[in-house]
Amino acid sequence: MGWIGETVDSIKSIKIRQLLTQAVTLGMIVTSALIIWKAMMCVTGTESPVVVVLSGSMEPAFQRGDILFLRMTKDPIRTGEIVVFKIDGRDIPIVHRVIEVHERKTTGKVDVLTKGDNNDVDDIGLYADGQMWLHRHHIMGRAVGFLPYVGWVTIIMTEKPIIKYLLIGAMGLLVITSKD
Amino acid sequence: MHSFGYRANALLTFSVTALAFICAIASFSDKFSNQNPSAEIQILNINRFKKQSYGNDEVSLTLDISADLQSLFTWNTKQVFAFVAAEYETPKNSLNQVSLWDVIIPDKEHAKFRIQTSNKYRFIDQGHNLRGKEFNLTLHWHVMPKTGKMLADKIIMPGYSLPDAYK
Repeated sequence: MGWIGETVDSIKSIKIRQLLTQAVTLGMIVTSALIIWKAMMCVTGTESPVVVVLSGSMEPAFQRGDILFLRMTKDPIRTGEIVVFKIDGRDIPIVHRVIEVHERKTTGKVDVLTKGDNNDVDDIGLYADGQMWLHRHHIMGRAVGFLPYVGWVTIIMTEKPIIKYLLIGAMGLLVITSKD
Repeated sequence: MHSFGYRANALLTFSVTALAFICAIASFSDKFSNQNPSAEIQILNINRFKKQSYGNDEVSLTLDISADLQSLFTWNTKQVFAFVAAEYETPKNSLNQVSLWDVIIPDKEHAKFRIQTSNKYRFIDQGHNLRGKEFNLTLHWHVMPKTGKMLADKIIMPGYSLPDAYK
């Protein structure tokens, strides 16, 4: 109870200059986080250098809540690679393994078929209507590394947005009421 | 400086940093493992070889696959995903790779095996180029760690070929 009284007192005694300084500090923190994210995009060559595994289609290797580190290079796509791709018109990236590759002699373009390790059938059912193959431009990156469990934070924040608001509210309160 | 908030924050930051460091070292330790996997594949029988109604060739074959992948397992290995693919060239395509069979190996005991099986996934060409076609069979493996960097490699076995006529 004393902690709440302390908080209310410190909000009452806020000076404008101190408030502005703290606002700028907060802005700097957010901006540096953004800079780091964009730098990672440059280094790894893909729009999303880190993805969270959302489904169980690659179990037991990747469980829901794991995070994957991605990289995209100009190397050709070959069977066995775990790729992250987006179907035209859908937002959610899918992480599956390439099981078939057909590369054209003349143009170098590839037809790719994917399948989740834990699924019984290949991904033809997931592709857009009439689409039989994936092409290079669908593929956002290859999975090169992996960390277990860390992605649960993101899943919880997406599926129960109230937790996101609570967290941001609490962080905001902490910043405002801290004396430095 | 000594409030609960500051202490909790310091503790959290330190534990996350320590965990990240441990994961990185665990992954790094994989570099020191000595790996020498071996494999052998034989085609026991061509079960079916025909041209589908829309013009693409399809083959069904029975393979005898024996492999020893035990040396790939380290303390940081969660599983090894192994698969066999056929690789060949056609007039239109410089490379075709078709996965025929795969297996998830959860631990070292299961990593040395011999299995006779027909192809799990359909071997269908883009076209009808498979008569008399020479192809490689490759055994690929993908080592998935408990944390960190994944490793993939393969053994290429050349010299297989399909019959000259449909069956």
